[in-house]
Amino acid sequence: MQQQKEASTLGMWVFLLTELLFFGGLFFAYLLYRTWYFEAFAEASRTIAITPGLINTVVLILSSLTMALGVRAAQTNERSATVRWLVLTIILGCVFLGIKVYEYADKFEHHHVPGANFISDGPWAAQEQIFFSLYFTMTGLHALHMIIGVVMMSIITWMAHKGKFDSTYYTPVEMAGLYWHFVDLVWIYLFPLLYLVERHN
Amino acid sequence: MSEHVSPKSVYYSIFGALMVLTAITVFAAYVNLGNFNAPVALGIATFKATLVVLFFMHVKYSSRLTKLVVSTALFFLVILIAEGMMDYSTRGIQGLLPQLP
Repeated sequence: MQQQKEASTLGMWVFLLTELLFFGGLFFAYLLYRTWYFEAFAEASRTIAITPGLINTVVLILSSLTMALGVRAAQTNERSATVRWLVLTIILGCVFLGIKVYEYADKFEHHHVPGANFISDGPWAAQEQIFFSLYFTMTGLHALHMIIGVVMMSIITWMAHKGKFDSTYYTPVEMAGLYWHFVDLVWIYLFPLLYLVERHN
Repeated sequence: MSEHVSPKSVYYSIFGALMVLTAITVFAAYVNLGNFNAPVALGIATFKATLVVLFFMHVKYSSRLTKLVVSTALFFLVILIAEGMMDYSTRGIQGLLPQLP
């Protein structure tokens, strides 16, 4: 059992390693264009409202806390507490996605979506569209990971509810947790990079 | 390995630390630090990420093999970004910066 859990943990981390390099490529693209077109990136970033992003950061870190407490409850054999923490994690994940939908709708309304209808007040319309392309790609892929996470968590919660886990076997809960925390990690970097490029002045 | 059960207080303290660091990130963005705004933001984010990896993801209590895999991932990420940036960011020196319409 111990060896199986060890293998699962290692396998999950190898998967997360590939995910890290996948997002890493996007972060590299972001850093490069940010270095090249800094003024445009600062200008574009200033048009994004901080509050929804900040709320989402708090919501996501809170969901990581509930996730960690869910894994802990599984470790200590508290079945109903496990289900409760996992349900709370799913709800927080959905709140995050809801706020993201609101933010996307706001971008469409203000013509901040790259393409024919893009409108910019500044002189760097082309470069600002690079910023918003990266914004939508990175937050979009992050949101896709959240959706996959919510689906996965729902299955895990159902299994927990059915009593499939106890203190001797809770590997799926722990693995789902690793994935959930990883998605949280990506957001920890996305928030300052996309929302807070240059806020002073 | 993670038969280790952390007390609840550990998780609550880490959450508190993450909240405080988030507040500092937003605050620091409004202060003009010159060239240091980005390094400060990335530094705080990396510190937050480290807390999540070590305590929420239990790497602190995992086997050495897992720790090795996690470090390898970070190592290759650094190579990807550092070497890539080294190439592209020196192209501007030769006046090869792409011109957009």
